[in-house]
Amino acid sequence: MRQIVTREAITNAGLALLLLVVPLAASVMDEPFYVTLATRITVLALAAVGLNIALGLGGLVSFGHAAFFGLGGYAAGILATHAFNAQPLFLGIQATTSMPAIWLVAVVACGLVALPVGAISLRTSGVYFIMITLAFAQMIYYFAISWPAYGGQDGLSIYVRNTFPGANTAQPLPFFLICYGLLLLGLALFWALGGSRFGAALHTARQNATRLAAVGIAPFKIRLTAFAISAMVTGLAGALFADLNRFASPSMLSWHMSGELIVLIILGGKGRLFGPVAGAMLYVLFEYALGGITERWQLFLGLILLGVVLFARGGLMGLVAGKERYG
Amino acid sequence: MSTALLIEQLLNGLQLGVMLFLMAAGLTLIFGVMGLINLAHGSFYMAGAFACATVAAATGSFWIGLIASLITAAAAGAIVEMAVIRRLYERDHLDQVLATFALILIFSEGTRWLFGSFPLYLDIPPLLQGAVPLPGGGQYQLYRLAIIGVGIVVAIGLYLLISRTRLGMRIRAGESDREMIAALGVDISTLYTVVFALGAALAGLAGALVGALQSVQVGMGEPVLILAFVVIVIGGIGSIKGALFGAVLVGVVDTMGRFLLPQALMLVLPPSQTALISGALASMLIYIVMALILAFRPTGLFAAQP
Repeated sequence: MRQIVTREAITNAGLALLLLVVPLAASVMDEPFYVTLATRITVLALAAVGLNIALGLGGLVSFGHAAFFGLGGYAAGILATHAFNAQPLFLGIQATTSMPAIWLVAVVACGLVALPVGAISLRTSGVYFIMITLAFAQMIYYFAISWPAYGGQDGLSIYVRNTFPGANTAQPLPFFLICYGLLLLGLALFWALGGSRFGAALHTARQNATRLAAVGIAPFKIRLTAFAISAMVTGLAGALFADLNRFASPSMLSWHMSGELIVLIILGGKGRLFGPVAGAMLYVLFEYALGGITERWQLFLGLILLGVVLFARGGLMGLVAGKERYG
Repeated sequence: MSTALLIEQLLNGLQLGVMLFLMAAGLTLIFGVMGLINLAHGSFYMAGAFACATVAAATGSFWIGLIASLITAAAAGAIVEMAVIRRLYERDHLDQVLATFALILIFSEGTRWLFGSFPLYLDIPPLLQGAVPLPGGGQYQLYRLAIIGVGIVVAIGLYLLISRTRLGMRIRAGESDREMIAALGVDISTLYTVVFALGAALAGLAGALVGALQSVQVGMGEPVLILAFVVIVIGGIGSIKGALFGAVLVGVVDTMGRFLLPQALMLVLPPSQTALISGALASMLIYIVMALILAFRPTGLFAAQP
């Protein structure tokens, strides 16, 4: 019989609770900075949960997910700018500052971009796939910085945070709770995908594509679907990230961002449900703690990362929750 | 548009291509022989440029700086290979990407620590200052022509090294079967260090040469690294011939796209939109070319391994 209360389940529940309790406590103690820090963790974790669908479940090492993260961010920025200036978007359609509508636009836009990008990239595999996803992300990055209508290199400011029905998003805590709710939804999606027939096919596509084809399922379609879903979740996180910073920046599209998203997953534990959450917590805390001590925190981050890759495979989840279990 | 301008732009494209070849040759060699994807290759480019600028400023000679850049980049490559890269050959590509990404963070931040955030400048050596007249009027910088010359010499040198020397024979053998040549008594780990240092030295040379055209600053290697990835993906990973062809193609397409697209679009669009669209389109052009090539040849034009 399948054991329900495993070490991993306890760790997951602990992480989810920690991420909720700390900002609540900080809010009670009137420390909005820590609420914002927790929101940053939550949004980055959601982006990495998205990437984890492609990378962890599907074994597709996408080095271009910043494209979708940035696309989501720009969707929020562009809609907010048009609404702020009361300009219609096109064909007389009015822009909106309502978050659910913005999320929908971000998710659909990412899906529409991910399908052709994925269709070309998935013709290749291995190193080619890594480099091609990187190149496509760079293409979108250069497009964004050379297109002056939406800020070009300067990015796009969101003057007033977008709205959510029934919540005052300008306050840190309600906005955190919205992000936290979406993170839980993202995790639920990852969990449901992993346990579904689709997830089983995706696992098999990673481990042995020939066998999958032999039972009559085309690996290409499975992988493309996973890639698109993964891009959509990351795009949603991008829209939240732009709202968090009130700024859609071209750096969200840069290849450093793609690298950071992979780093989050590996720090936490690849393919694990809560790996991205653990990774985002570690990463943001490193950034905060090291950034407080030294301006050169990236040097130390590099050293820590190198240490994790070389010596601590399995990441934080591997250390705390033990090896991955199947079944 | 005059002929001289066209020739000048073609030469600029060729110069960019040659520079990309110096980067891509090392990357593709390292991938072909060791199966390693190395994101930190741009760091050797940066190291070469910084070494050349520092030594040239101290000694007053660009040429001593150039030698210093080769030595620095090769030494950095050898040290990194022995300390870190060696542990990654048996790992999957994901681990290689992450470890070399970590190396970039370390190199960039370390260089900023040593040299500060301000860019350094490197002068073109007196011997190569001046310009050469072009057919059809106009002039072309002698230094840029010299870079093209260096690229051609390196390409021929690499060809001879790989096809005619004992080291080249071992490199080719290492590409096809590493266990077998290890069993035949070739010290494979030294061979890997040598190949890695050779690739790093080529990147350092490219950095030093370009350092005299642009400012020398932290992060200068990253745009070039990504272009070099595009080059080796187009050319076929592991193939030096592919790297040369891809590099020239990318260099010429990128430069000519920026030059010709505005003029072509001027014919069909109102001038107010031309600058906007052509700028965005020109910066995407090489990626579109790459996507097209991969749609028909998923392993690149000259794939070394099927």
